[in-house]
Amino acid sequence: MSKTDTSIKISIRDVHKSFGHNHVLRGVDLDVCPGRSMVVIGGSGTGKSVLLKCILGLITPDSGSIIIDGQSVTNLSPAKRAKVMAKFGMLFQGGALFDSLSVWENVAFRLLYADGVARKSAKKRAEAALNQVNLGADVMALSPAELSGGMQKRVGLARAIVARPEIMFFDEPTTGLDPITADVIDNLIRRQVTALGATAVSITHDMNSVRKIADDVAMIYEGKIIWQGGVKEVDKSGNPYVEQFVTGSEDGPIKVLAR
Amino acid sequence: MNPLALLGRPVLGLLREAGAMSLFAWRGVTAALMPPWYWGQLRTQLLRIGYFSLPVVGLTAVFTGAALALNIYTGGARFNAEQFVPNIVVLGITRELGPVLASLMLAGRVSAAMAAEIGAMRVTEQIDALETLSTDPFRFLVGPRILAAVITVPLLVLVADIIGVLGGWAVSTQILGFNGATYIRNSVDFVTQWDVVSGLIKAATFGFIIALMGCYHGYHSKRGAQGVGRATTNAVVSAAILIFAANYVLTTLFV
Repeated sequence: MSKTDTSIKISIRDVHKSFGHNHVLRGVDLDVCPGRSMVVIGGSGTGKSVLLKCILGLITPDSGSIIIDGQSVTNLSPAKRAKVMAKFGMLFQGGALFDSLSVWENVAFRLLYADGVARKSAKKRAEAALNQVNLGADVMALSPAELSGGMQKRVGLARAIVARPEIMFFDEPTTGLDPITADVIDNLIRRQVTALGATAVSITHDMNSVRKIADDVAMIYEGKIIWQGGVKEVDKSGNPYVEQFVTGSEDGPIKVLAR
Repeated sequence: MNPLALLGRPVLGLLREAGAMSLFAWRGVTAALMPPWYWGQLRTQLLRIGYFSLPVVGLTAVFTGAALALNIYTGGARFNAEQFVPNIVVLGITRELGPVLASLMLAGRVSAAMAAEIGAMRVTEQIDALETLSTDPFRFLVGPRILAAVITVPLLVLVADIIGVLGGWAVSTQILGFNGATYIRNSVDFVTQWDVVSGLIKAATFGFIIALMGCYHGYHSKRGAQGVGRATTNAVVSAAILIFAANYVLTTLFV
């Protein structure tokens, strides 16, 4: 792919990453188009989280290229990395809210500490972002530890959207939540991604979540993307690995004990 | 098993760790000295390391000064040199025991707290979250802690020096029969500016070590409660050992 190809927002080519003798990513190739929501599915230990952290620049790949908006994002200096990060919004699996700060300070963190927005204005924007994820002003002064798991996810989502990012990342957004709360989170993610017109990359093994938030789906297995297609094609992929994953059957080419 | 391999593996491991620690220290110092500065973080750390450590440092100093006076009196009596108690107490406290004992207590209190806090942030992905929010964790977490420790530990040691001398004075006047005013005059006349300043230079160095070890081990904490626990233990032990080593080197330079 050419570096100036504007039809591709994120281009990942032949990315490898090992930790000691554990070869986690073994040549990942993946393209994400602008304004599309790409969901990467796969079992535990297949490399989903490592792939996401490589794209975010939190882990440096051993080889391969990751290009965002035509710019390589591997091995950037901290200052250049911070500029790239300004395009991103990220919802972590466990929320990753800062315990030492209140809910509104968590939401407004980027505005306060990276963008230099005045405290009063940042607080207003944090309140608006919390409203967008169905949380009222009553939670603003609370500490993250005082919130339920679902509320923490919503605060994390508010933090991810407050600076109106171009690209959003979601790491297992519904893990550990009851089905109803998970559905609420999925709906919020879909609504916010659509409202912002953002490109989204999510990783999950929750198929209900996939059907709610994905435009495109890719399956990772043993460190490689083994299937990619539209969300409507995922149930009739013809790929035995995808079929087994979608049905959640023990029988099939994916051996649980082997992973 | 090859005996050379048995020896080589830990040596290589030690060198690797020393290299990683040096690079971490360089990044930490750069973060502390170069903008952007997070003043709120610095203020919080100044309070945590400085103000909230005062009781620990004060109690350590008062009992150390008191015990030192008793020991010097006992030893001095063997040479009919009991009158030197104020002189040796003030010298011992300002040059050696004030900086070293206060810093060891701070290694237990501050290094452990830093390692536990930053380690917990590491395992709950809060440090990754900082990066995704365009904030350099070194500038936000490490820099302010190093700067705060280098500023506050000398101040705490200065307080420890005064309280330690007062501990010696209290025992000497109440138990050993010294005249209070004479004791103080002897102490003040005997101690030189360099005795105090050299102790404060040691304290600033120990402050750097305390913050560096807390941040380094917390930042590289492994997953889970066990990982954070190990980081905390390693921070305290390595800070204590480095304080003793640095104390020897600095004492050699200062005598």
